[in-house]
Amino acid sequence: MNVQQIIDTLKLKVLTENKDFSSIQPTFGYSSDLLSCVMAGAPKQGIWVTLQAHGNIVAVAALLELTAIIITEGAMPDENTIQKANDEGVTLLSTSASTFNVIGQLWEMGLRNP
Amino acid sequence: MNATSNRSTVVLTDQQAESITRSEELAYELRISEVMTRNVRAASPEMQMKDVVEIFRKTGISGMPVTENDHLIGIISMEDIFHCLMEGDLNAYTTQYMTPNPYTVKDVDLVVEALKVFVATGVGRLPVVDTEGKLSGIITKGDITRGLLKVLQSKTQEEEMRRYRASHLFEDIESDRTSLILRYTIKQHDFVHGGAASSNIKRALLRLGASPQIARRCSIAIYEAEINLIIHTNNGGIIRVEIEPHQITIDVTDDGPGIADVEQAMKPGYSTASEEIRELGFGAGMGLANIARCVDSMKLESVLGKGTRLRMKINLESKDTLGESNPNSMEKR
Repeated sequence: MNVQQIIDTLKLKVLTENKDFSSIQPTFGYSSDLLSCVMAGAPKQGIWVTLQAHGNIVAVAALLELTAIIITEGAMPDENTIQKANDEGVTLLSTSASTFNVIGQLWEMGLRNP
Repeated sequence: MNATSNRSTVVLTDQQAESITRSEELAYELRISEVMTRNVRAASPEMQMKDVVEIFRKTGISGMPVTENDHLIGIISMEDIFHCLMEGDLNAYTTQYMTPNPYTVKDVDLVVEALKVFVATGVGRLPVVDTEGKLSGIITKGDITRGLLKVLQSKTQEEEMRRYRASHLFEDIESDRTSLILRYTIKQHDFVHGGAASSNIKRALLRLGASPQIARRCSIAIYEAEINLIIHTNNGGIIRVEIEPHQITIDVTDDGPGIADVEQAMKPGYSTASEEIRELGFGAGMGLANIARCVDSMKLESVLGKGTRLRMKINLESKDTLGESNPNSMEKR
C-alpha cells in the first residue's frame, strides 16, 4: 500500500508539496495526540493519525522520519507549520473525518502489521 | 483550463513567495536550456496532417512544433489532431490545423518563466526558442520535474561528501582525549522552535557517522529534554552535547524552578504541565520515561528554586564510533 492509495481512498487533502506519493509506502500506523507517546511508539516510516495541528507535530514527524501525518476532524495547521513541513520533507494530509474513522479505513485497507 | 486546476504545478503568488521551498528556489536558479528536451522533431508546412498522425502514433509524442527555415510558426497538439480527424481532413497541410503563434519561452530564461506560462495558460508543452527565434527545444512540466530531481539528487551527493568528511573528523587529531562539543540555548515557551535543537543534533550525528538507530535514540532523548526546557523553565536552558568516538554525553541545565520530587517526576504519566500545554499534546508525563528508554544512563538532579541538571550518556560500540571510520560512515546512503 502506498500513500497515494491512502490519499485517494480516504479522500485526503494534501496540505504540503506534491510528491510521488505512489512510491512512498508506510510501514505501519500510530495514533495519539500526546507527542511524547508518539515519540515512544510511532514506528519509523509509519503514518501518524492525530488531531493536533500545531508546528511541533512536524518536529516529531521529522525526528522519527514518519511518512505522513493525517490531521483529523478538519483541524488546520497554520502557514508556518506547512512551511516547516515542506522544509523538513514531512507530508501533511487533512480530513474532516474522525481519528477513529481514519484508522478504521487504514486497517480495512490492510495497514495492519508492522 | 485555468491556473488553479494545475495542481501539480508550482504556483507562485506574492503571498507564497515568502514561503519558497527548495524546489521552488531551484526554479529560480535553473535555465530552461538545462532542463528542456533538445533535438525535437518538427513538422514542416509542406507536411500533411496524416504524416503528423503517423509520427504521433509511432513515437508516442502528443505535440509537435511546426517550423519554417528553423523558425517556429506553430504547434500541433492532440487537440488539433482531434479537430482534423473530426473534419475527416487528413490530407490537409499542417498549417491549416496547427495552432499558429504559440506561447513560447526562451532557452536563456529561468525555469520559473516556463512555470508561469504553464500556470497562466494551461498548455501542456512549450516550444523553446533561442534569441533569434529559432526552435531550440521543447519543455513540459515533466522535463521540469526531472530537471529539479536531478539537481536535488546531486545536492544529496554533496551531503554525502560532507558526511564523509565529518565522519573522519577525529582521525587526524592527536590528543589524549578528543571531543566535539555542541551547545544550544533553548528559550522558555518557544514552542515554535521546539525540536530545532534535536533536529540539528541528529543531522550532526549522522554526518559524524552515527548509525540511524543511535541518531534516533539520541534525538528522542534530546527532543524530550528540549521540550522540558521550553515548557517548564523560568528562563530556558542549555543543551550541551559532547561527542567522543565512543560515547555521547548530553548535559541539560536550567536555573529554575527546579523539581520538587525527582522520584515522582520520573514516574511515567506524572506531569505538572498546565491544561493549556496539555491541549497542545505535551504534558503526557512520558518525557523522562522516554529519555530513560533511549539512553544508557541518566542522572537527574534538581534543587527547588535553584534549577535542574539532567545528564545522559549513550555508549557507542566499536561499529558505531563517531568521527572516525566505522561501517556506518562508509555506507553509501
